[in-house]
Amino acid sequence: MGERVNMKIKKTPLFKLHQENSAKFVEFAGYQMPIQYAEGIVEEHKFTRNHAGIFDVSHMGQLFIHGNENLIKDLEKIFPLDLKNLKMNHSKYSFLMNDEAGIYDDLIITKIETGFMIILNAACKENDFEILSRLLNDKYKMEIDKKRSLIAIQGPRSAEILGYIINGVSDLKFMSGNRFMFQEKKVYITRSGYTGEDGFEVSISNELVEEFTKKLIEKGAKLIGLGARDTLRLEAGLCLYGHELDKDKTPVEANLKWAISKERVLQGNFIGSQKITKQLSDGVNKIRVGIKPEGRIIAREKTKIFNQSDSFIGEITSGTFGPSVNGPVAMGYVENKFSEQNTKVFLEVRGKKHPANICGLPFYKKSYVKGVSK
Amino acid sequence: MSEVKYSKEHEWITLEGDIATIGITKHATEMLGDIVFTELPDKGSNVEKDGTAGVVESTKAASDVYTPVSGEVVDINQNIIDDPSKINEDPEGSAWFFKLKMKDKNELDSLMNKEEYDKFAKESAS
Repeated sequence: MGERVNMKIKKTPLFKLHQENSAKFVEFAGYQMPIQYAEGIVEEHKFTRNHAGIFDVSHMGQLFIHGNENLIKDLEKIFPLDLKNLKMNHSKYSFLMNDEAGIYDDLIITKIETGFMIILNAACKENDFEILSRLLNDKYKMEIDKKRSLIAIQGPRSAEILGYIINGVSDLKFMSGNRFMFQEKKVYITRSGYTGEDGFEVSISNELVEEFTKKLIEKGAKLIGLGARDTLRLEAGLCLYGHELDKDKTPVEANLKWAISKERVLQGNFIGSQKITKQLSDGVNKIRVGIKPEGRIIAREKTKIFNQSDSFIGEITSGTFGPSVNGPVAMGYVENKFSEQNTKVFLEVRGKKHPANICGLPFYKKSYVKGVSK
Repeated sequence: MSEVKYSKEHEWITLEGDIATIGITKHATEMLGDIVFTELPDKGSNVEKDGTAGVVESTKAASDVYTPVSGEVVDINQNIIDDPSKINEDPEGSAWFFKLKMKDKNELDSLMNKEEYDKFAKESAS
């Protein structure tokens, strides 16, 4: 008898639909996920920028924590957010950190009627759950909802296409959400995303997700794989956990201090606040920057970065070819004194040093919808 | 022109006189996905059988290109450097990679013919 394999690769409820659409699969965070479909990453990327792409992100964790005033107080001890003043159905980008402000995960937290909904990275969700249960002393009912799928629809036509299926979604403002109905069942939709485009994320029951996705396809959207999701987010200058963010990097180093509430830093009573306060006043040694190679060479993760006097100053954390930029793009960490825009650096690829410049982010201009006048 | 031969690293090669033309197979491009960057050997340089002689990068990853035979690089295809997507469009035709002046034509003997390669590609894909 052979040995039994313990690790079972998980599938999302859309697995069959991915197969029917000629997906090539890759294992990601324990899930069998589509990396691309028949048309390939470049076409999928461009389709999302010009029309509307559908992303199955059901591998991500949908954590629900039930509670009210006390829960807000307790969560403020964990997240660097002004949760007291977060309006109903509004979302914030934030971090789960350790005492040294190292990032366990980056996440989106939304205030909902029963408490909070937190969207977690697939690879981090189990660990996040344990950390949060411990920090909250199991005082609140909390669960990662496995009965719901998560579908993102992204691109300039996403409001129009989603609007054919669900009325009223175009009234949502960026980083806010609401409950809607699909086939007499509740779905929760936020206007948000990870591509630099206008778009929505739809939390929907596993039973309905295939029918819902097929309707989106009927109306002109296309399935997009994780490959294009990565090129899209990189062009948009957005961080990917495990690359730009990890336990050894803080939100200040990651150049994400905009996501930290100033008020809360002044109060200084959340996990990691000491380190963050210190870094905000004294500065950081390393910082995340955008990096644009001068030629067509692609500098991928772990590529070493040198300054003009050939000293090592940092490393690339993500690098690829940006189809909309039509050239290579990268992000990485460099010593703070070399982080100014237009600083010339050199990237060591296959033994040769190639010129590049520190640049502002995003590489590709966002077109988020900030709000809709009525 | 000689019969097209194939290597286990998914290169194809044809011979005219002592000049070999080398590229990557359609099967290779299908595995790689969209090619977005190409690096070729310098004209005038010498490459050794089974040694690296360039790089192709897709949006996903970088892959080395090997030369199935030894020789001096006498020409490179600038078109695929300027527009690497041409490799996906016509890998076994206009999107050849480089031309070599072969040293030893016996090196071709160890390579596969079309039928053998198709079988090999099918098996290595599954």
